[in-house]
Amino acid sequence: MQTIVSQTSPPKKSVLYDPKVRGAFYQVLLVLTVGYLFYMAASNAVENLQRAKIASGFGFLNNTAGFDVSQTLITFSAAGSTYGDAFIVGLLNTLVVSAIGIVLATILGFTVGIARLSKNWMVAKVSMVYVEVLRNIPLLLQLLFWYIAVLGPLPQPRDSIGFGAGVFLNSRGLFMPRPLYASDAWVIGTALILGIVGTIVFRRWARKQQEQTGQQYPVGIITLALVVGLPFVSWLVLALVGTNPISFDMPQKGTFNLRGGMQILPEFVALLVGLVTYTAAFIAEVVRAGILAVSKGQTEAAGSLGLRPGQTLRLVVVPQAMRVIIPPLTSQYLNLTKNSSLAVAIGYPDLVQVFMGTVLNQTGQAIEVVVITMGVYLTISLVTSFVMNIYNRRVAIVER
Amino acid sequence: MSTAIDTSRFVQHNQIEALPPPNLARGPIAWVRENLFSSPLNGLLTIFVFYLLYVIVPPIIDFLFINAVWTGTDRDACRAETAGHRIGACWAFVIDKINYFTYGSYTISERWRVNIFFLMLAVGVTWLLWLRAPRRDLGALYFFWLFPTFSYVLLTGGNMDLGGGFWVGFVVVSALFIGAFAAMAYLLKVSVKSGAAIGAGIIAVIGITLALMDFDFGLDHVPTSLWGGVLVTLLVATVGIVFSLPFGILLALGRRSKLPIVQLASVIFIEFVRGVPLITVLIMANTMLPLFLPAEMTVDRLARPLIGVAFFASAYMAEVVRGGLQAMPKGQYEGAMSLGLNYPQMMVFIILPQALRIVIPGIVNTFIGLFKDTSLVSIVGIFDLIRTIEASRIDPNWAAPTISYTGYAFAAFFYFVFCFGMSRYSLGVERRLAAGQNR
Amino acid sequence: MKKAIVSIAFGLTASLLATGASAQATLNSVKQKGYLTCGSNTGLAGFGVPDAQGTWTGLDVEYCRAISAAIFDDPTKVRFIPLAAKDRFTALQSGEVDVLVRNSTATMSRDTQLGLDFPAINYFDGQGFMVRKKLGVSSAKELNGASICTQQGTTTELNLADYFRANNMKYEVVAFATSDETFKAYDSGRCDAFTTDASGLYSERLRASAPDDHIVLPEIISKEPLGPATRHGDDQWTDIVRWTHNAMLNAEELGVAKANVDQMKTSDNPEIKRLLGSEGKYGEAIGLTNDWAYRIIKHVGNYGESFERNVGEGSKLKIKRGQNALWTKNGLQYGIPIR
Repeated sequence: MQTIVSQTSPPKKSVLYDPKVRGAFYQVLLVLTVGYLFYMAASNAVENLQRAKIASGFGFLNNTAGFDVSQTLITFSAAGSTYGDAFIVGLLNTLVVSAIGIVLATILGFTVGIARLSKNWMVAKVSMVYVEVLRNIPLLLQLLFWYIAVLGPLPQPRDSIGFGAGVFLNSRGLFMPRPLYASDAWVIGTALILGIVGTIVFRRWARKQQEQTGQQYPVGIITLALVVGLPFVSWLVLALVGTNPISFDMPQKGTFNLRGGMQILPEFVALLVGLVTYTAAFIAEVVRAGILAVSKGQTEAAGSLGLRPGQTLRLVVVPQAMRVIIPPLTSQYLNLTKNSSLAVAIGYPDLVQVFMGTVLNQTGQAIEVVVITMGVYLTISLVTSFVMNIYNRRVAIVER
Repeated sequence: MSTAIDTSRFVQHNQIEALPPPNLARGPIAWVRENLFSSPLNGLLTIFVFYLLYVIVPPIIDFLFINAVWTGTDRDACRAETAGHRIGACWAFVIDKINYFTYGSYTISERWRVNIFFLMLAVGVTWLLWLRAPRRDLGALYFFWLFPTFSYVLLTGGNMDLGGGFWVGFVVVSALFIGAFAAMAYLLKVSVKSGAAIGAGIIAVIGITLALMDFDFGLDHVPTSLWGGVLVTLLVATVGIVFSLPFGILLALGRRSKLPIVQLASVIFIEFVRGVPLITVLIMANTMLPLFLPAEMTVDRLARPLIGVAFFASAYMAEVVRGGLQAMPKGQYEGAMSLGLNYPQMMVFIILPQALRIVIPGIVNTFIGLFKDTSLVSIVGIFDLIRTIEASRIDPNWAAPTISYTGYAFAAFFYFVFCFGMSRYSLGVERRLAAGQNR
Repeated sequence: MKKAIVSIAFGLTASLLATGASAQATLNSVKQKGYLTCGSNTGLAGFGVPDAQGTWTGLDVEYCRAISAAIFDDPTKVRFIPLAAKDRFTALQSGEVDVLVRNSTATMSRDTQLGLDFPAINYFDGQGFMVRKKLGVSSAKELNGASICTQQGTTTELNLADYFRANNMKYEVVAFATSDETFKAYDSGRCDAFTTDASGLYSERLRASAPDDHIVLPEIISKEPLGPATRHGDDQWTDIVRWTHNAMLNAEELGVAKANVDQMKTSDNPEIKRLLGSEGKYGEAIGLTNDWAYRIIKHVGNYGESFERNVGEGSKLKIKRGQNALWTKNGLQYGIPIR
């Protein structure tokens, strides 16, 4: 016994065999290598920047921009705005197209995903073809298609297509009347908010009532009355009592283009349509997988309880499928946001186009601009994952 | 005792009528009734879908085939005024430019080299993806070492002209390197001979690679600024996969490592790359790489996005491989360790072969994504397929209304064939693996 | 295994890195390499454009060929690196190209802050506008409210904003990353006007689906002296680039052309003798042979020939000499005497 012990216990064993020592050695090696690479990169960069006489630091954000941007959500002018403002303009444009894109892609994606599982043969096959075609063609190509092939041939402003009510379509975009608010228009806004809050309260109450008594209330009609009716009534009252609180600025033909009104750029439309149709194909697959993951017994049980197919889907299948759907759905949302950077190919002024394009070129401060831009996308990614993790945990608790 | 009925009242108050028995009728009419018109709503949907197809499909077929122009040498063939009828797709344009779309401006007399590259790529991909191919280990050696080296020599012309001084230095460093391995083996009290052999093996691989690149095969130099089209698209994708698989495996192992710094470094790299759009990585590689290198060093314009794509793909590949590693039952690790295998042995001989096998579908899917993303290099000015099409469609010789559509249709077809094929393949492998697990 | 993979990766990466020229002694490195690397446009008809076979032509391209002829007695020892507007100066600074001849505007900040030299101006240009004829616009002052397509990362974008602000006019800017996208957007009707250097307008108009439907407006809203750029600090190399241009100008002024350069060698005119190297040692002073200018004219021709062939009457562009005529013909091109 003792001999065996003395053989296996290593009195003279080299420290090189100790896993801890080895681990430490590898880690030190890694730190040294990475540190050296970073040091070399940094010192080279400093030297190169000095040689090329490129300024460094973030002071350039306060310099006057000197260029214009086509779509700005904040006031922006070449003379008065800074590179910092240009950054905000680009960021807001990215966020707007992503937010609208996410909403629309979700709707379209769920529709197509559910349609793929439809009992209707035609609907299922057409959805399948849609998914396969859109998923297997690069997004860049689809964007170019929408922008150049679909929106490009729209007529010149002089031959705008009119839809009545001040809505026009031409190669410069979609033109709509822009609402102008008078001083007492806040009443309508307040009515709208009140309506929404009222709806939420009522829905909660109605749900509780139903769970306790089985009594059902006409939720839909009351929602409509609160959200649409209340603002409408307040508008009517205001209009009858005094001046019209909301008037419209109509687009009118100018020398070159329609003037006034609200203009939606074709770049925006092309990017939005491209992102939505492309991402929806992926969301459809996510939704399909999620629904298939719900066991068939659930559907059958719901059917035997007398729920209609629509109700089964809404009340039994989708809530359970959501648990499977949410994580990949989140990554699709992030993909959509990241893919919005392809705007640069079709001239939509998003963050990458304005900031990594024009600002980088005008200032030459590549490192700062790249760091800021990447930082923005990283932040969006991390915040979204964080929020989704919280949501995921909540959904998981419901499972019991 | 409360029952479930007390807590939830979603159920009907009255008994509803039983459904009719399943329809046992067969034949096309019964099929149509069951699958297309099972309810009024379904009937409406079917009619709606038929209408949609009627609106969309005939014009597409009309455009792509019926009214298409197949022959011609310039714009006159594809203009309605000169051709005298309605014009659909102008395939004559694609046929006229097909060499440009395939090779870019690659020197015409040297294009056979590109063809050999395509052939070698096809051989490598088949060897690795065909699950019953013989000696797939040799296939890996071919795909990750011989094929990249030969391709480099073929496409650029090789003859790096490293000079005698470099080789003297190389021999000195090699001797030191082998010595270090032998010394380590001596310290670890294992066979000095085998230690030196491993060192020599590594040196040999690097040495042969460099020697092949350095050797003058008598091929003309073809600068990368002439490369373009499908060549570049496939090249970017190939570099992505060749580099990302080994590097992705390392990152995945790093992320699952017990060493905190290694793990942290891997996590930061993976999450950073996955958190930003590829286009920003490409712009960064394009504008910042030259800044980070010493002043007298420049990076080839084509190599910059290649480096960017390689890093980008590695992070995604790492996550796929990690999935495979996590799916391995713990018993495999424990079994390997109880056999006395050390970490590299355990990974190389036990875990990775199994883990990589089950993630083949994931790898192929990542590759599909990568393949589609190669189109983004056109934004940083690389002449890939899309860029060559963009450049050709503004050629005044071919200025006709349908040129752009035709160019895009061609590119869409190209990408679709590749991506759809690969996705079918990955689906097939997935089914096979599932069948294996269901047993 | 790990190390092997890492070192292979490094080896491959290193193999793609090529050592460029250092700031000093570009001439030596060019002679050693056996060819000249020249940064050129990605494709601007008349100035620098490759054909399907990869052969480059254009006014800027011939400038590079002239330098090559002066050094190697062979105009083909040039490798052209197509550069986008935003990459061009970094490529020159980093030594990726020996000389940048890519219709780049010489400005004070570029000269002093980017570490560059602009030895010569081979084309005097200015920013202009192109519109469709059927708009009925005859002056840039009438462009109030128009949408204008422009390229990012150029002085054009800034000049445009300045011009409209100065004239108190409104406009909608649509900016694209490459000149191809910009022009195609204009051509497809996305914008009312297209703006870039006037030379570029003529060159791009050729690519329009119907070139005759477009006119270039008379206003020139900026000064754009275009010329080659070299790295600051290598005076010998900068001299070679500068005197290549002057040699071509002097040749035109003295009537020395590609066709008659051999007869002119026997001319008694002392100016011609100095130009062609039969008198004095001017070539050796810049590190070349004394017949350097003879080689340029023999292989490429004088400035006037190059201009007419690429952008003037002999080309599709049909640009008038205008400001680019010799000073003797009321232009701005003034060859500094060789003596």
